[in-house]
Formats: sequence, C-alpha cells, structure tokens
Amino acid sequence: MTGMDSGFIELDGVEKVFDVRRKTGFMRRELRQVRAVDSISFRVERGEMVGYIGPNGAGKSTTIKMLTGILTPSAGRLRVAGIDPSRERIRLAHRIGVVFGQRTTLWWDLPLVDSYRLMHRMYRIPDARYRENLGRLVELLDLGDLLDVPVRQLSLGQRMRGDIAAALLHDPEVLYLDEPTIGLDVVSKAKVREFLRELNAERGTTVLLTTHDLQDIEQLCKRVMVIDHGRLMYDGPLAGLHEAGESERTLVVDLERELPPIEAPEPARVVRVDGPRQWLAFPAAQSAAPLVARIAAEYPLVDLSVREPDIEAVIAKMYAEQAERAAS
Amino acid sequence: MAEHSALFEGLRAYRLIAGMWVRSSMTYRTSFVVTAFGNLTMTGMDFVGILLMFSQVDSLGGWSLPEVAFLYGLSVTAFGIADLALGSMDVLGARMRDGSFDTLLVRPAPVLAQVGADRFALRRLGRITQGAVVLGWALVSVDVDWSVPKALLVPVMVGSGAAIFSAVFVAGAAFQIFAQDAAEVQNAFTYGGTTLLQYPPAVFGRDLVRGVTFVLPLAFVNWVPAAYVLGRPYPVGLPHWAAFASPLVAVVCVALAGLAWRTGLRSYRSTGS
Repeated sequence: MTGMDSGFIELDGVEKVFDVRRKTGFMRRELRQVRAVDSISFRVERGEMVGYIGPNGAGKSTTIKMLTGILTPSAGRLRVAGIDPSRERIRLAHRIGVVFGQRTTLWWDLPLVDSYRLMHRMYRIPDARYRENLGRLVELLDLGDLLDVPVRQLSLGQRMRGDIAAALLHDPEVLYLDEPTIGLDVVSKAKVREFLRELNAERGTTVLLTTHDLQDIEQLCKRVMVIDHGRLMYDGPLAGLHEAGESERTLVVDLERELPPIEAPEPARVVRVDGPRQWLAFPAAQSAAPLVARIAAEYPLVDLSVREPDIEAVIAKMYAEQAERAAS
Repeated sequence: MAEHSALFEGLRAYRLIAGMWVRSSMTYRTSFVVTAFGNLTMTGMDFVGILLMFSQVDSLGGWSLPEVAFLYGLSVTAFGIADLALGSMDVLGARMRDGSFDTLLVRPAPVLAQVGADRFALRRLGRITQGAVVLGWALVSVDVDWSVPKALLVPVMVGSGAAIFSAVFVAGAAFQIFAQDAAEVQNAFTYGGTTLLQYPPAVFGRDLVRGVTFVLPLAFVNWVPAAYVLGRPYPVGLPHWAAFASPLVAVVCVALAGLAWRTGLRSYRSTGS
C-alpha cells in the first residue's frame, strides 16, 4: 500500500541514457551517449488527467515507455501504483491500460469482439465484470454495430475507439494514451474526448496523454507538462503555459474588399494581409470578444475565425526565452 | 490473483495467441487449404530429390536409401515440430523496427510466449506429416535388429531434436534483438541445419561434422543416435553412450537459449534498440 501523501505516479530524478553507435569507418564505431530523459521528477495524483506534450524526439515516448515497464530507467526512482514498472512488468500490466495512437493492438482479420475475448482471457477478467465493462464501453464508445466487423474494415476513428475499449476492459487504474486523436476527423475526435472526460469523471481513472493537438489538452486536462530535450520545461495549468510561452492566438478576418491593415487596439496587431483577408495576432490569454466587436463595428465584416496557438510554437517560444534568460 | 509459474503462464498465453492466429488464417479458408497443400508438396520435393539421387547410385557415403530416409524422417519431423511451435520468430526483427514489439511488453504475459506464438500457422503441420510418413517407411524398411533401447531412441530423437531446433529458433530471436535484420542468419541455422541432417555425416567434411557435433550440437538430433540404431560408426570418435546423450544436449541447448533470450530482452529494455 502506498502512503496517503505519495502520488499515484511518482518520478524522482528519472533518467534514460541511450548508447548510440555511429558508423565512422569500415569497422569503426563511435559510441555516443544520448540523454533522452534528463532527471525528470513529477507526481500525478490518483484521478488526475494530465497532458504530456513536447516536440518530436523530446523524450515523451521514452517517459511513457518507462512508465509502462517497456524500458528500464538508467537512473532515478519511478513508481506507478506503488509498483516499480521495470521490475514487475506483468503485475503492473494488470493495472494499466495503454493505447498507442498509430499502432493498433486489435486483430486485423478478426471481428472486433474477438480481440476483446482475448483480453478477457489474457487479463483473467471475471466473466460478470467483463460483460458489464464490455456493455458499458460499447455503449459509451458507440461500438454496438462494429463488434462483428473485421478490424481491417473499420475506419481510423472506429479503430481508435475500438483500441480504447480494448485497453479498458480490465479496469485499469491508469490509462496512457499516445496521440489518441491523431488522424481522426472532427466528429471522431469529439467522441474520443467526450469519452475520456466521462471515464475520468465517473470512474476516477488517472489519464496521462501525449498529443500534438492543443485542443485535446484544452478540453481535457487541467494540468499540462511540457518536455523538451529530455527536461521538464513546464508543469502546471494550461493557462499558465500560455503565459509562460506568451503565446498568441490568431483572428482571421474576411472583409468585403481589400482594405489597408485594420487599426486594432493594442496589443492586437495585423500580422498578414492577403487581399480582403487579414490575420491579427492577440495574446492567447485574452478574450477575442472585444476585438471582434470592435472590428465588426468599424469594418465591413464577412466572416471570421479564431486559430488556436500551435503547441510547437508555444514550446519553441518558451524554450527560446529560457535560453535567453540563461544567457543574460 | 493467484500466482502461477512463468512456464504455466507462458504456455497459457501461447495457446491463446496461437488460437487467434489460427482463427485469423481460417478467415481465408481457400488460401489456408492452398498453402497447407503447397507446404506439404514443397517439403516433399526434398525427399523426391533424394529418391532421384538413389536412382543413379546404390548408396550415399555408404548409407542405403532406407537409412538415409531414416535420417531424413527424423530431421524433418523434429524440425517440423519446432517450426510449427516457433517458426515465425524471424518476424521479431520487423516487429522491433515498426515498434509493435512494445505492445507485447505491456501485456500481462511472458514476452517469449507472445513472440513464439506470433503468426502461428497450422499449415506447418504439412512438414511434420511429410517427415513422419518418410520416417514410418524408413522404420519398416531399414535392416535393423530392433531392441528395446533402439526402439525407445526413436521417439527420444524426435523429442530431443525438436527441443534442440526450438533452442536454435529462440537463440536466433535473441540475436535479432541485437541485429534486427539478422532473420536470414537465423534461417541459415534452422532451415540450413535440417537440410544438412537429411544426409549422412560421411558426405560432409570433418570440420563441418565436428562443428555440428561440438559447437552447434545438431548432430544429436539424429546423426549420433541414428548411428547407434543402425549400427554404424559415430560421425566423430564419440563414446558409446553418446547416442543416449540427446536429451541432455537438448536440456543444455534450451537453457542456453533461454539465457540468451533473457539477456537480449534485458538489453532491449535498457537500450530500446
């Protein structure tokens, strides 16, 4: 049993160093050490829903692989539900669910339900519990008509929902999702997000998800962690991330005709003009409403849309600022 | 949750996963029938080659046709069992390259069992059937004074041989963890090994025979025990009891392969490559 004050997921100075051998000659190899995860510490409480974001190659996947027992940390202490993942991989497997966004674990040629029957037996889920969980997941994820369809005939969105159900049949206490909405259409994305919200709220499942889609985080996670170059750059609420990165949203305005740049109130400003279309940047933390009202009152407005800041841009900006601060 | 032994858990997971592959292959029934028949025919062609050879000569390295058929039947049957059980382990390298190997590591089952059952295919029964038919014919045709130890040696050879070939499959899989495109190296030892053992040791060079006796002990699948059954000299100057050493050799091979697999898996989990 873990103590009351300890987190459900705990990382303490966790590191992962890879030896990379590079060919430098016919038989010569150069050995270089790559620090994929560099002394990361955080804790996640039971029932939290946390977004884990960062650019490609930042160390996200490596962290998830250590948390799921796939990889052994090079240094530091790591616990999930009081279990050391690398030492008790199988015991841990019964308590976690994992969804790899771009890699299905469903059986390609068999009806969807066959994959669930395999989970039933492999995880030794009691019959009554299995029936109850399957019924609930089928209803919430809208899988009723798909159970008898071979997985190869499912759309990407249907397959993702199928994969999420497969990862939850054994009632895991924590669910790891690696890019759960990648490549999905708007409707499928919404379904997946709604389901995750309910799962977290009603069953208290701890959720840790990596994503490139800032909307995933906005709609799901109160807390976000940013990793870059193997280090934890930020750990806190999403709003704070925008402040930390001083990120900006973009208002795209279509006017009736070509006009000189809109005179917007500070700090909003026009960043691009292309015929009757103009792009205005304004701080992400600020509401778009006053700006929209002002433009609508003074200009012949046809249409408008608000673009959320790109997560990569936010991180890049944050990273540049940290480097600047370190230099000065 | 009750604790079960790793072996029990492994066999259980193997059975579950192999069952899924069988069902998958049954979704293409025609394809299954065609490949099963093709498999039986293709492996049978090997023996047709030997028959053709004997249409020109009376003996091969001093061994008669039924005697060579005896070697052939033992080698193919033993290899066929190992091939049915673990024959698809050469997809491991590909699974590592595309990342799907990681999905096996988050399942509550031994990884070796999951990898072993990967792409399990009943069409491989074709090879066993064909080997068993040739072995059956050889048993009634060879000129042997059957005794109890000689008769007992036949199933012992098949069992030990299957275990030795299985060990080679597992060791090959472990090697693939370090060299992910090494599936062909593994095939050289498995498919190459079984072909080698279909012919009498007398037709090969001394160094090769020594190699498959002492380094990679494939000679204990059939050459050494078969030499005792047929009353022929041992391939290399081995003591009389060596004919009964196959189970022991098999146990050592399996233990070493298991060790190699554990080392490989530990290395994968610490290096991710």
